[in-house]
Amino acid sequence: MKYSTLENVTGYINGPFSMIPGIKHLILIVILLTVPVVGCHSLSKQNKPVTFWAMGQEGKHLEKLLTKFTRLHPEIPVKIQRIPWSSAHEKLLTAFAGQSTPDICQLGNTWIAEFESMGALTQLDSFVFGSPVIHSSNFFSGIWQTNVIHKKLYGIPWYVDTRVLFYRKDLLAKVGYRNPPKTWREWAEVSKRIKRISQPNKDGFANYFPLAHNNPHVPLILVMENRGRFLKKNKCYGAFEDPNTVNALQFYVDFFKKGLAPKNMNRVSNIYQGFQTGFFSMFISGPWDINEIRKRVPSLRNKWGTAPMPKGKKSVSVAGGASLVIFKSSKRKSEAWKVIEFLSRPKTQTEFFKLTRDLPAVREAWSDSTIRFDPQIRAFREQLETVQSTPKLAEWEQIASKMQEYLEKVIYDRMTLEQAVIDLDRDVDRILEKRRWLLSQNLLPE
Amino acid sequence: MKKTYQIAYIFLAPALLTLTVFFFLPVLAALGMSFTDFDIYSIGNLARTRFVFLQNYQHLLHDPLFWKSLLNTAYFVLVAGPLTIFVSLFTAMALQSASLRFKSFFRLAFFLPVITNLVAIAVVWRYLYHPRFGLLNYILGLFHWGPIDWLGDPHWAMPALILLATWKNFGYFMMIYIAGLQTIPGELYEASSLDGANWWRQQWHVTVPLLAPATLLVTIMTAVGYLQFFAEPYIMTQGGPLNATLSVVLYLYDQGFRWWKMGYSASIAFVLFSVVFLAAVLQLYLGKRREAWG
Repeated sequence: MKYSTLENVTGYINGPFSMIPGIKHLILIVILLTVPVVGCHSLSKQNKPVTFWAMGQEGKHLEKLLTKFTRLHPEIPVKIQRIPWSSAHEKLLTAFAGQSTPDICQLGNTWIAEFESMGALTQLDSFVFGSPVIHSSNFFSGIWQTNVIHKKLYGIPWYVDTRVLFYRKDLLAKVGYRNPPKTWREWAEVSKRIKRISQPNKDGFANYFPLAHNNPHVPLILVMENRGRFLKKNKCYGAFEDPNTVNALQFYVDFFKKGLAPKNMNRVSNIYQGFQTGFFSMFISGPWDINEIRKRVPSLRNKWGTAPMPKGKKSVSVAGGASLVIFKSSKRKSEAWKVIEFLSRPKTQTEFFKLTRDLPAVREAWSDSTIRFDPQIRAFREQLETVQSTPKLAEWEQIASKMQEYLEKVIYDRMTLEQAVIDLDRDVDRILEKRRWLLSQNLLPE
Repeated sequence: MKKTYQIAYIFLAPALLTLTVFFFLPVLAALGMSFTDFDIYSIGNLARTRFVFLQNYQHLLHDPLFWKSLLNTAYFVLVAGPLTIFVSLFTAMALQSASLRFKSFFRLAFFLPVITNLVAIAVVWRYLYHPRFGLLNYILGLFHWGPIDWLGDPHWAMPALILLATWKNFGYFMMIYIAGLQTIPGELYEASSLDGANWWRQQWHVTVPLLAPATLLVTIMTAVGYLQFFAEPYIMTQGGPLNATLSVVLYLYDQGFRWWKMGYSASIAFVLFSVVFLAAVLQLYLGKRREAWG
């Protein structure tokens, strides 16, 4: 008895890898015990509903949107589960580890690469091939591309978003700009002039950019506009030292260094109030802020507008929004696909827009008059034709957050930008060490 | 004799079982995990995990952010800890003094922050700390000071959180001290005043020594609690600005639940565990030694 235990111990020492299966079981046990099992397996297969996880306000309106579907397909009941955005990522990962993922899920399209790399998603090319409703040409191509990984399709765009310039028409007119800035040079110039007229009280800025580590969109867009690179060598190493990237980041940092944008986000406790009082005149944000501004500061009415991103080498913005995916473990894939097809019909998409104000992913839905004639949505329509996705890899959000961390140091004068990009590349190389190993072992496609 | 032991084990079994399943096993699993590079890739496929043994710990030694978070936590514990103890002892003594009226009102008022949800508190304190409209800066302005950018200035963010944490927590320890004060017999004060001791000497020679057991408890509790400083920076500053309020637990959380580097995160957890354990043992040892001296 005693002898055999000793043998086990030496077994561990000689072959450390033999520990892994043991860990696997332990982890599984732990995770299974802590994750409540979702989905009811006792229902007969005939009536077993298609489970659908949706987040935030989309989840709220989904039931109404699907009433017509249930009328058309009484044989496919859909069970909707709402999960809050703030905990969605964590919930999905634990659900995946506990093998209790839903059939369909709404997934932020920057998350698709990550879930694909875990092998959680169903490849959808064969479904699209036979579909009368869904075809890539019906969608904005930049948005469609965010769902394509290693040349295979894993999600269908549901709604889209991107970032554009929000500006105060009256304040820009005051400094001689009847139109929003179209190029970086104009943007810098108009910022300087606005700062000058807000000088008397010394408490005003031209722009507002969030510095939060989880909100890196502005510098990312600027780098894309300047044709800069983030990563190189099959996305295995950092490339922030690329001169185009450095120039774009310099342009961004200068807004803070020249006092054209506030360093401290706490000074702006409420961006709508800041926008209203003219504490800043321009900011970059997504379509949700159209309604927020209308609702919260109705007095601004005609005094503000939106415009495509001022052009660097080109005008580009990030491809955002959410897609619908089918999890690999789903046993009702063809039924789930029918739900996705229904939600991608132009008519459903228009109705979806009216319920949620989310911008439709299907081009045809944009011909509806409520969208077409909305002056503040027009900039988004234009920008959506030139959107680009951020690099599609599981580590991307961590890399973007690291970039923000270093940019903050530069903005607070703790470091030069030249030094920051060198350090950033070194950190990114370290983050990607695992990816390089996986690729070298053929444990990751591509 | 043996039979009674068996019965004891039967009664202990449910508790031991739940402890094993929900505590010891996860801790063991976490220890195992800290020797691997378990991360987001591993969730789908365990072949994508490497056994790295102590490499995570080695990386920690060279991780400037980890050291920064450790220093920040030490700063917090060493300033907020004594401050909390002092304030709670002071208020407890004030509330025990015979001349004060509305005692139960003050006791309740000082205890309220302890039972109030930190998220609600954070909302209010964010306004107090607001650089342009905050009450704190308004008061400083009356004395021609400031304005201080409380949460936005890397030098002020930590003091701001220390103030908040002290305010939120001192009520709890105040209650412990009040209980301690009530066990001190009144005769000791009478006797000492007959010996000619004034109020200050009474406090120093009677109250403080007799409160030593309570102080030991309070010190250990604040040290253990404050070393796991997390919610305040998580809600108020997200570790910023410039990582000035990044605590060890917040860093662990970021690594583990934002980036899903479970292996690395587990290694941070075990380092923190050793620090907390050592701190508690050290305090107990010092407390015991003091007691031995009488």
